[in-house]
Amino acid sequence: MAGKKKTFEESLLRLEEIVTALERGDAPLEQSMALFEEGTKLVASCKKQLDQAEQKVVRLSKGENGAPVAQPLEGTE
Amino acid sequence: MAAQEIFSVSQVNQYIKGMLDQDRFLGRIYIRGEISNYKRYPSGHHYFSLKDEGGALKCVMFRSAASRLRFQPEGGMKAIAFGRVTAYPRDGVYQLYVEALSPDGIGELYVAFEQLKARLGAEGLFAEEHKKPLPAIPERIGVITSEAGAAVHDIIRVLRARWPLCEVRLLPVRVQGAEAPAEIASAIAYSNRWQVADVLIVGRGGGSMEDLWAFNDERVARAIYASELPVISAVGHEPDVTIADFVADRRAATPSNGAELAVPDWQDVYSGLTQLDARQRQALLRRLQQARAAVDRCDRSQALKNPYLLLESKQMELDRLTERLTGAGEKTLNRQQLRLAALTAGLDAMSPLKVLSRGYSVTRNAAGAMTSVRETAVGEQIDTTLSDGTLTSVVTAVSEGRKGAV
Repeated sequence: MAGKKKTFEESLLRLEEIVTALERGDAPLEQSMALFEEGTKLVASCKKQLDQAEQKVVRLSKGENGAPVAQPLEGTE
Repeated sequence: MAAQEIFSVSQVNQYIKGMLDQDRFLGRIYIRGEISNYKRYPSGHHYFSLKDEGGALKCVMFRSAASRLRFQPEGGMKAIAFGRVTAYPRDGVYQLYVEALSPDGIGELYVAFEQLKARLGAEGLFAEEHKKPLPAIPERIGVITSEAGAAVHDIIRVLRARWPLCEVRLLPVRVQGAEAPAEIASAIAYSNRWQVADVLIVGRGGGSMEDLWAFNDERVARAIYASELPVISAVGHEPDVTIADFVADRRAATPSNGAELAVPDWQDVYSGLTQLDARQRQALLRRLQQARAAVDRCDRSQALKNPYLLLESKQMELDRLTERLTGAGEKTLNRQQLRLAALTAGLDAMSPLKVLSRGYSVTRNAAGAMTSVRETAVGEQIDTTLSDGTLTSVVTAVSEGRKGAV
C-alpha cells in the first residue's frame, strides 16, 4: 500500500481481486474483514475521484532539450 | 478454302472472352468517361455506360461493388471507373466490370489512394495481428490535430463528459496542406519518444477528399504503423475512409467518436463500482454468517456447555497416569536395590580385610606396605597386620628367594 499512489485502473483491478477473494469465502475471518475494509476504502476513493474529477487540458510543445513542455490550454470550454 | 473449319457462335464468343481475360492491361484498368443511362436493378446490380466523343463502353457494377459507392452516380457526371474489361458471351458484347467508381476531378487522387492502399496492404501495414488493444482506462490522451479546427473541441467535449479523470494533451499540427503529413508523422513519433500519452487520437474534422489528403500520406501511415502507443484514427465524417484508418489500431468515424472509443463512460464505471461494493458486502455478510454458524456449533457441543465434563475426564486421565508413574517408580527402585546388593557383595569379596581373614597378612615398615624383602634390613622394626590385629617385630635375618609356598 505504501509508495506511489495507485492509478484508477490499478485501484479497480485490486477491488475486483478483493471481491473475488471475498466471494470465494475461504480466507480466515480476520483476513476477510481486512479485505473488506480495504475494498470499502477503494470504492470510496474511486468514487471520490470520479465525483471530483476536473478535466485537465494541456498543450504540449517542444522544450529546450526537446522534452515536452505542458501549458494549460485556455478557452476550450 | 475447302477445308475451312466452321465454328459455333458460342465458340467464337468464348474464344473472344478468353482473349480478353488473358490480357493483363484489360484486367486492371482505370477508365475516364461520362456516365449515361445509369440504372439500378432490384438485384442490387447497377448498369450504365461510360462515353466520350468517340464512343461508349457498357459497364456493370455488381451489388458488392455498388454498396461501396461513396456518391450517387447520375447521367452526365464525369467519372473514373476501375475494373476489368471482358466479354459477355451470351449477348456477344464486351463490357467493363466496375469494381470502384468515383467522380472525376479527384481522379488522380483516387488512383493514388487505391495504389497506396494496395501497396501498404500487401506490405502488411493493415494486418489485424499488428493492431494493439486500447488501454481500458487511459490517464493521458494525446490528441494530434489542428489547434484551430472543430475536431479538438469535439474531442475535449466528449472526453470531459465521459471521463474527466483523464488529462488531454494536445499536440497541435497542421492537418492540411503540403506540410501537414510531415507534421502529423513527426508528432506521432515525438509522442512515442517521450511517452506523452497512453493512447493517441489522430485526426481532423470533415472536408473534401483533398482536405483529408494528409491522412492518405505514406509518411503518416508509416508513423502510425511504427507507433508503440495505440492510435485511434478519427478523420472526417462517417463515409470518409483514409489510409490512416486502415493502419490505425482503431478507426473512429468522427473525432467525437474517437474520443468515445478512447475512454470508458463515467457512469458505467460508477455503477460498476456500486456493483462491486454490493458484491463485497454480500460476500462479507455470508462469511460472517458462516463464522457465526461455526460458533453456534461449538456452543452446542458438550464440552463448552459443561466444562466439568472435560475436567473430569482429564482428572481421570491424570489419576491413571499417576498410578502408572508410581508403579514404574517402584519397579525401578526394586531393580536398583538388587543391583546394589550384588555390587556390594562383589566389593566385599575384593576387600583386603577379607583377604586377611583367609590367613594372609600385610607387612609394613616406616615407608608403608612392603612387597620385597629388599625393602627392609636386619634390625628394622616392621609391623605385620593380621585379620584381627598387628604384630610388631624386629628383622633378624633377610633371605631372598621363595621359601616354600604359603
